Amino acid sequence: MYAIIVGGGKIGFYLARTLLDDGHEVLLIEKDADHTHRLEEGLGDVVMHGNGADVRVLERSGIGRADVVVAVTGYDEDNLVVCQMAKRKFGTKRVVARVNNPLNEDTFRMLGIDATVSSTRIIYSLLEEEVGSNTLVCLAALARGRLEIVEVSLSNESPAANKAVKELRLPVDCILMSVIRGDEIIVPRGDTVVKAGDAIVALVRQGGQESLRKAIGAS
Amino acid sequence: MRVIIIGCGRVGADLAATLESEGHEVTVVEKDRLALVHLPEAFQGRIILGTGIDDAVLRRAGIETADAVVAVTNLDNTNVVAAQIAKEKYKVKTVLARTFDPRLQEIYREFGLETICPTDITVKLIHDSLPAKASGKGA
Repeated sequence: MYAIIVGGGKIGFYLARTLLDDGHEVLLIEKDADHTHRLEEGLGDVVMHGNGADVRVLERSGIGRADVVVAVTGYDEDNLVVCQMAKRKFGTKRVVARVNNPLNEDTFRMLGIDATVSSTRIIYSLLEEEVGSNTLVCLAALARGRLEIVEVSLSNESPAANKAVKELRLPVDCILMSVIRGDEIIVPRGDTVVKAGDAIVALVRQGGQESLRKAIGAS
Repeated sequence: MRVIIIGCGRVGADLAATLESEGHEVTVVEKDRLALVHLPEAFQGRIILGTGIDDAVLRRAGIETADAVVAVTNLDNTNVVAAQIAKEKYKVKTVLARTFDPRLQEIYREFGLETICPTDITVKLIHDSLPAKASGKGA
């Protein structure tokens, strides 16, 4: 796989390192000249100095044959433009953008960039997971966010505890994909009984999250 | 006409003053307070401090009811992203983005965005006023 990474910050550096260790071909593009030299010391001859949001630089990077383009600079507008150019101009199959401001996620999606990663969002989700068992954690967004794979944990007070799946009052556009009970993974059927402490992974259509949370989570 | 101008540099500020003098309702969006010095003291329009790609900022600027949005910050990518939000999300009728990079303008024109490239325009003006043009030969 040939991966082009735009932005040589911590994320770009460690992503390049990881991909190289896995035997992939990598090019890391970094705007700052001094920083480019430091990156070269750690990664070798796979770093290019230039503005990755400049179409000429992308052309010189061999973007035409890249399998993936990842934009992880600290500027959301740059990440968005890099991904739009890769996808729409150069036909790159897989593009991934870092979203620094989680409020910009919608904008990315609307402008055609579905695969976004927001560290703020991920850490926040993990915190939510720690704080309350009645919360829903989004594991993946599909179809431009219209569909989500979510995880929800059953607390002791959950209205769903000790009920069979067919008795649960689930939203219409929702499918339970699996029940995780300790180390055990159960593919649920109508007569599967869910218990407090279970984590349920479900596919849910946008807008159904809240009723799913009410049906399975506490309070 | 309700116009939002994103970026209060010389171009943004002059455009804001001109449109206001013609009686239009102008809102300026600028992230750097110091840049507001470009506006004439008599400017009566609204000023929103914030980034032009921030949805909340754009809504505060009244993008939902704007007739035109012009993105003229000094950053090309900010301009094309802000203009796309105005066009795709808020369906603003007239949207214009400035890009200094001619290649970027070419690409975003292909994507259907209305753009203006001062580099192209300046090159053309200078080229047209060179005497060599008449004979078609070098000096």
